Amino acid sequence: MSLSKRLGKIMPAIVLSPSLAVVTLCVYGFMAYTALLSFTDSKMFARFDFVGWRQYGRLFESPRWIIAIENMAIFGTLYIVCATCLGLFIAILIDQRIRFEGVFRAVFLYPMALSFVVTGVIWQWLLNPGLGLEHMMRELGWTSFTFQWLIEPNRAIYTIVIAGVWQVTGFVMALFLAGLRGVDTEILRAARIDGAPIHKVYTRIIIPALRPAFLTVFVIEAHLAIKSYDLVVALTKGGPGVSTELPSTFMYSMTFTRNELAVGAASATVMLVTLASIIIPYLYSELRHEPTT
Amino acid sequence: MKMANLAINHINKSFGNLTVLKDIDIAIEDGEFLVLVGPSGCGKSTLLSIIAGLDDHTSGSITIDGKSVQGLEPKERDIAMVFQSYALYPAMTVEQNIGFSLEMSKMPKPERLERVGKVADLLQIRHLLKRRPGQLSGGQRQRVAMGRALVREPKIFLFDEPLSNLDAKLRVEMRTEIKKLHQRLGATIVYVTHDQIEAMTMATRIAVMKDGILQQFGTPEDIYDRPANVFVATFMGSPPMNLLPAVIVDGSQGLSIQGADAMLPVPFSAVTRAPQGKKVLLGIRPEWLSLASTSTYQPTLDLYVEVVEPTGPDIFVALRLGEREIMGRLPTGSRTRVGEKARFAVDLSKAVLFDAETGIAI
Ligand SMILES: Nc1ncnc2c1ncn2[C@@H]1O[C@H](COP(=O)(O)OP(=O)(O)O)[C@@H](O)[C@H]1O
Ligand SMILES: [Mg+2]
Repeated sequence: MSLSKRLGKIMPAIVLSPSLAVVTLCVYGFMAYTALLSFTDSKMFARFDFVGWRQYGRLFESPRWIIAIENMAIFGTLYIVCATCLGLFIAILIDQRIRFEGVFRAVFLYPMALSFVVTGVIWQWLLNPGLGLEHMMRELGWTSFTFQWLIEPNRAIYTIVIAGVWQVTGFVMALFLAGLRGVDTEILRAARIDGAPIHKVYTRIIIPALRPAFLTVFVIEAHLAIKSYDLVVALTKGGPGVSTELPSTFMYSMTFTRNELAVGAASATVMLVTLASIIIPYLYSELRHEPTT
Repeated sequence: MKMANLAINHINKSFGNLTVLKDIDIAIEDGEFLVLVGPSGCGKSTLLSIIAGLDDHTSGSITIDGKSVQGLEPKERDIAMVFQSYALYPAMTVEQNIGFSLEMSKMPKPERLERVGKVADLLQIRHLLKRRPGQLSGGQRQRVAMGRALVREPKIFLFDEPLSNLDAKLRVEMRTEIKKLHQRLGATIVYVTHDQIEAMTMATRIAVMKDGILQQFGTPEDIYDRPANVFVATFMGSPPMNLLPAVIVDGSQGLSIQGADAMLPVPFSAVTRAPQGKKVLLGIRPEWLSLASTSTYQPTLDLYVEVVEPTGPDIFVALRLGEREIMGRLPTGSRTRVGEKARFAVDLSKAVLFDAETGIAI
């Protein structure tokens, strides 16, 4: 075998191996390391005195973690429901073959191009009573207008929902629009022949046909929700108090500012397992069989 | 079964400045099977959509049962349609698919299920009722699509190339089955296809179209034996009709075949209609040629046998006359050998003549 032929055979392996090594070490390696740490009593630095499930016990006894989980439930549910409904609604509107469709699509997609930090800052300004919406309404003459969700502990979590939904809706819209465009136009003609009114066409035929798109949207939203961190940091920094704490911000402060490395690792592991339990079945079903037409 | 006659009156249709249908004028009676046939892009589907009310036309009118359906929605026209892609609703079961139109017209559930069941029995798909379209084969989907049309018991059925996605064997089976259904139900059917065999085998009336213009409208026999022009002559029939350029000679009695040293009398249909010296095309279907026996009274041509293709019931022979190639179709058992020159009789009671310039039958 000639040298170049032999080289050609092993070339793919040579080219792939560095990234494979980096991914194995930096992603899976550190995941395993984090999981390992969660079973130790590490404080500020990693120590390998194993204490079993104790850190998980402490984690779930911590009121701050419970708040984080409750917030996650509120945020996650509202974020997924609102973004899905709104994204679908806008996609259906755009699917009516409107004029300047390209412009609208770009406008709605644009927020996704911004980083979470920028989104957070924008909404922090918009919702800041002294600067944004409230200020503007009062300037316009509605002097009794108040909108102080950002600084009300019971309401602050909803501001994160607003900002998060604002950012992701365009992307959800694009996914649904692709799905809608994939619906065979003959099906729509058949529905007209069958005498289905337009709302029935959507509720009975088109939306059920978008099942694969719904699944994709749900998985994307769910993982964005669970790992959302920067948005909270930029918008509320977890405050007022701990009222907008999420598991991710909890994990960060435990690990890096409260010297509770093991508790942080335990919370990270809980998040990982939650994420994995959503994504693995999805990947499994995607890779196993083609979506039925 | 409800039935209705259908009239397509001077329909024109343009998309912007592209004219797709030009002055289409067709009328059929109760219970007829009209096939619209023509090459793809000739406007068949567009015409069907106009009949269905899915598309608007630019001018003209459609009447069903003598009443104009101008401005009526598809569901108000009492028609049903089977689409080329079947267009089944993917998220519904077969039962829901078939029953959907009845559900939309608010028929009570027990009655609806009974109607769906009846249609399912007719099409032998009762065992598939709980499945979804994704779990069906092409042929089964096709039946469901037909069931969805049948269940409505409409005045007119519209079919848009319903068999073109099936494999050859299934296509032949379904062809027979649709024809049987037509005979059993006596329904009025408009059926679109680009396949001339489907058109010939199923239709009671054929409309041949090309580039949005109706070329000929008539019974399958009319179309096959007396094509109105060269396009119809070559589009319908496989192998297509042979066309031999010729000139009228002998005081309108004879044909001198161009590019070959051969003469034939003018076909019966064109006798006295073609002036001396006129350039024409002589149309001979492959089966209008036969091996001449010694006692034949028909005019003959001496042809050189180039290729012999037995197909089972027939033998196709590629023949040569001077520079012209001619296809012949002989019964199995005919004695012909490649390379020999044989004498063939031409059935001049059937042969047709076309004007060489306009392509129109003389
Ligand atoms: N919505 C449309 N806009 C513009 N042109 C169209 C449209 N639909 C069909 N056409 C044109 O009309 C012609 C006839 O189309 P169609 O009726 O689908 O042909 P067929 O069914 O005979 O193959 C084609 O040339 C096609 O390109
Ligand atoms: Mg077509």
